[in-house]
Amino acid sequence: MNERSVKHGTFTVERRYPAHPAKVFGAWADIAAKEIWMDDPDFKSDGTKAELDFRVGGHEHFSGLAPDGTPYRYEALYYDIVPDQRIVYSYEMYTGDARMSVSLATVEIVPERDGSKLTYTEQGAFLDDIEKIDEREEGTNFILDGLGKYLASQSGS
Amino acid sequence: MLDQLVDPDLDRIFHALADPGRRLMVDRLSRGKASVTQLGQPLAMSLAAVLQHVRVLEACGLVRSQKIGRTRTCSINPVGLRSAETWISERRALWEFRLDRLGGYLADEGGGLPPDAGAGRAQPLNQTER
Repeated sequence: MNERSVKHGTFTVERRYPAHPAKVFGAWADIAAKEIWMDDPDFKSDGTKAELDFRVGGHEHFSGLAPDGTPYRYEALYYDIVPDQRIVYSYEMYTGDARMSVSLATVEIVPERDGSKLTYTEQGAFLDDIEKIDEREEGTNFILDGLGKYLASQSGS
Repeated sequence: MLDQLVDPDLDRIFHALADPGRRLMVDRLSRGKASVTQLGQPLAMSLAAVLQHVRVLEACGLVRSQKIGRTRTCSINPVGLRSAETWISERRALWEFRLDRLGGYLADEGGGLPPDAGAGRAQPLNQTER
């Protein structure tokens, strides 16, 4: 059992997409679309179906298995939806039965001349250091992989 | 309370890794320790230049080095990345990845814009932490 602890953090990620705000919004509102771009290739299916009830008060659920077989679960609740403009929802992440984090996520979509700007802001309470990976190199690699993809995506433009 | 939990080194890490030479060094070190000379071998640069890059990597906490005799040995410093804020950095990295995938998805779908508008890929803007 981990010791009890809470870390609070806020981060923002912004992207410009050459796509109409309605298209960007649609990618968050439609479960089929979301399954495509939210899919983490490292995670395996646990046989359950993802669910998305995309309306104020609606729930979202998906779960899967980490590469080492650990079950992961995501539960979300939608608070505010302004079509093509804004989505506010909370989400919890579980590993097994242990709650790893509770976050408030805000997605803002602003039209621009050549497409849309998306701003994702997450304000989170990260609990009990559950995601602390024993093999520290793993965390390093994770960050560097993410960074590599990030940089690769930049170099292509 | 919040301020002390925000990772001041993340911007420096991103900056340090924006350089291809330094990425090569980190890649090399992720496979094991190396001397400054060894790190410089695949790069056409002076030892002094290599050392400067090592210092940048050290300053952001990605790499540590130790001088034994006349040889400076470098190794990756995972502890630097497993600091209290790693949690948040990892979550952010995940969203960086996801939003790039969203860009790929939108590109595949066609953006619903006139064909000549906004040709190109998703453009990352600034990333900020508060």
